[in-house]
Amino acid sequence: MASAPRSDRTAAKSTDPLRPADHIDQPVPEPGSGVAQPKLGLVGYLRFFWRQLTSMRTALVLLLLLALAAVPGSLVPQRSSDPNGVLQYKAENPDSFKILDALGVFSTFSSPWFSAIYLLLFVSLVGCILPRTKHHLEAMRARPPKTPVRLSRLVGHTEVRSGADVEAAVDEARAALRSAGYRVEPYPVPGGDSISAERGYLRETGNLVFHAALVGVLVTVGVGGGFGYNGQKVIVQDTAFTNSLAGYDSFNPGRFFTEQALEPFSVRLDDFDGHYELNPATGVYQPVDYTAHLSVRTPGTDWTDADLKVNEPFEIGGTKAYLLGNGYAPVVTVRDTSGAVAYTGPVAFLPLDGNLMSRGVIKVPDGLDEQLGFMGFFYPDPLELTDGTFTSLSPYAGDASLLSLNVYTGDLGLDAGVSVNAYTLDVDELEQIAGPQADTESIKLVQGQTAELPNGLGTIEFTGLKRFASVEFHHDPTEGWVLVFALLILGGLLLSLFVPRRRMWVKAVADGDGTRIEYAGLARGEDPTLAAAVADLARRHQERLERRMNP
Amino acid sequence: MTPTTIAAYSLLAVYSAAAVYVIAFIVSVVDLARRSSEVLAAQPLAASAGSVSAAGASASSGTTVAAPPRPPAAASATAVASPASRLQRVAFALTVLGFVIHVAAIVLRGVAASRAPWANMFEFALTGTAVIVGVYLLVSIWRDVRYLSAYITGLVTLLLMLATMNVYVDIVPLPPALQSAWLVVHVFVAILGTGFFALGAGLSIAQLLQARREAGSSSLRFLGGFPGSETLENLAYRVNVIGFAFWTFTLIAGAIWAEHAWGRYWGWDTKEVWTFIIWVVYAGYIHARATRGWRGSRSAWLAIVGFTAVLFNFTIVNLFFKGFHAYSGL
Ligand code: HEM
Repeated sequence: MASAPRSDRTAAKSTDPLRPADHIDQPVPEPGSGVAQPKLGLVGYLRFFWRQLTSMRTALVLLLLLALAAVPGSLVPQRSSDPNGVLQYKAENPDSFKILDALGVFSTFSSPWFSAIYLLLFVSLVGCILPRTKHHLEAMRARPPKTPVRLSRLVGHTEVRSGADVEAAVDEARAALRSAGYRVEPYPVPGGDSISAERGYLRETGNLVFHAALVGVLVTVGVGGGFGYNGQKVIVQDTAFTNSLAGYDSFNPGRFFTEQALEPFSVRLDDFDGHYELNPATGVYQPVDYTAHLSVRTPGTDWTDADLKVNEPFEIGGTKAYLLGNGYAPVVTVRDTSGAVAYTGPVAFLPLDGNLMSRGVIKVPDGLDEQLGFMGFFYPDPLELTDGTFTSLSPYAGDASLLSLNVYTGDLGLDAGVSVNAYTLDVDELEQIAGPQADTESIKLVQGQTAELPNGLGTIEFTGLKRFASVEFHHDPTEGWVLVFALLILGGLLLSLFVPRRRMWVKAVADGDGTRIEYAGLARGEDPTLAAAVADLARRHQERLERRMNP
Repeated sequence: MTPTTIAAYSLLAVYSAAAVYVIAFIVSVVDLARRSSEVLAAQPLAASAGSVSAAGASASSGTTVAAPPRPPAAASATAVASPASRLQRVAFALTVLGFVIHVAAIVLRGVAASRAPWANMFEFALTGTAVIVGVYLLVSIWRDVRYLSAYITGLVTLLLMLATMNVYVDIVPLPPALQSAWLVVHVFVAILGTGFFALGAGLSIAQLLQARREAGSSSLRFLGGFPGSETLENLAYRVNVIGFAFWTFTLIAGAIWAEHAWGRYWGWDTKEVWTFIIWVVYAGYIHARATRGWRGSRSAWLAIVGFTAVLFNFTIVNLFFKGFHAYSGL
């Protein structure tokens, strides 16, 4: 490196890893050469630009820019991971929202500026690895470089005198180095012979594998991710979900998704177990286990049982199912004045706290004189507080489980043709007819009870109670490849950081009735243990000579 | 003994360890102050030591890496003034003692909870600080880095006290999302990486200071017994790349776990973003070390920025940012 004797540089060059011109190991360019030459011409400019793009400095600056550009993505909610957070941000800071949204900060990781940085980085990366790979393939076939004239300036230089002759010394040096994994080559020197040895090509191989696997991950994620999809579905106990676009509550297809990617299967929730432990400090129950007992069926087969737990997805063909959430789904029946059923069914109530106090919405658009909306709470284990409100003491439901509903009339907005969230009710346009803002108190029911609706509209009955599980279905045909590339990244990194790449020389010159033997090494890259390795080689070599002369 | 009693003993051990670290810290600071005056007494020698050792390192090694010990004569003159002063040895022994108590605290916590004790922020801090000390002790076997004693004990005491005062929680069962072998692996490797990054940052800080002193600053006399900036830089690099290897593994293990728990291996969740940022900053650091014009102080700054991001990720992000990882109950 820096102080390698000049004359050896040409010999050494062919097996040296190829590096960008501003790599620390490359010779400092002579002033006036290269960069600022006049009359570059178009090709010259392109070459100049390419060289800039594939320089270490550019890679470094782009890396730092990438880190910096990722920061905003952690400061504000992202559409991809937290869409509700984005809506909330919009409601709370309408002014700054406009500016940030125009900048794309709410989808940082697909924004033009973020993409530009990483795409440039990867162009630079490809421009960097291709020539290096070619060079490395050649270097692996090349011979170790010629022995330098003077070894004394190299690392760990040691000189000993030995009674053995030159031939024996060189023979043993070759054997010792070979057994230590070196590639060896003899080079005669004035008055004797020498062995030149090199090892650690795996270091450069690892470096190239690492960088290439980075490209691999990017390409598989970018292209492969486009073929997959993920979708969420709330499955209420005793109902089945069939894998089809219409069946999902929400669905995110990849760019290249087609409906054929939906494998045909059905999933039914038979039962749901939640186990909880009371935290005495907070008085809140903590979940310790969730198990959704499912039945699964693919076309032409019978229902089979399957348990789904958090952290334990199960696979149906190439689709994976995950347990994301769960809660209670009270079953209600709404009847008109004549007793005809206007609405019946379980409604999933979303948990608000660890004791499963839950909130939900029931919409009855047809069958009554007016459209009705219910918004209220479900308390599995209710306790009335002094101010008249309720809370839940535990997540366990029983006979006392309480359903408390405010009732609204007006246009529910279901006819407009736009999809509306099943879990929200826009009450701004509605009139409350039972609840704190109405003459009638909110409706409170335990299982089996029926209440009259205000204005003589009919009745509502709390018919039963079910559990629901919210399940995510996920299909990504390239996931395995991403893992393979990730492991190559790790493996390549370990090789390139921890395999030492070094050269060793053993020189034997006849000296009177014996031989003068010199040892020295040269590091290629970071190599903290080189001096020790040279000392070790010298010791082993002398032991071998010793054994050869006194068998 | 009931789990509650064991947990109480664990907390007692935490306080004791912190107390021992505080004493070790004080002794280390006194030691540094002493050095500064001793070096002052040996001024003529010390003044030349910096430049000679720097020149010696680049001439003798002939590589980018300074050859191991073999310090040039002048450098050893300052080192001889206090190679391992009595105070330094006392501080080191105290640190070992603190570490033993600290580990006992973790084991007790684990026994009381009957699970790996790194499931909430208090437990991360408890284990993380022990790993920082552990890495420091481990590296001490290989290279003498006892001159960082004040930094390590100071940092660990501070973190340990902050954790105990602000984020202490009683033992609670693991929520289902955390019941995974990947928790044990992913979190522990992240903590290991953090330990190496912490030591690396300390070495980089020492390197920056030493470089200023070598450039003629007269206000940093306590660095007299420290190695030259180039030796510090090489050591920092080696420690940081080990941290980087662990961090890379953390990233991958985290993605695998996320795939198991949430159905996607990467979703740019806040915590994921920061893990990524840290990884990229350290990749930048490794590149900087290999880029002409960036080796030396500039790359050292990147290592320090990287460790600052690690601390930020662990404190501010955990406490104030919203994200999937937020259920750790602090
Ligand atoms: C996607 C962006 C990149 C990342 C995350 C990255 C990361 C890394 C890491 C972690 C290392 C150290 C491990 C090893 O030696 O394999 C490294 C080394 C290296 N990288 Fe990159 N790199 C990137 C892009 C590039 C580009 C564009 C170039 C070409 C200019 C480049 C050239 C190098 C070189 C020459 C080394 C070896 C350094 C040495 O000799 O010590 N890298 N890179």
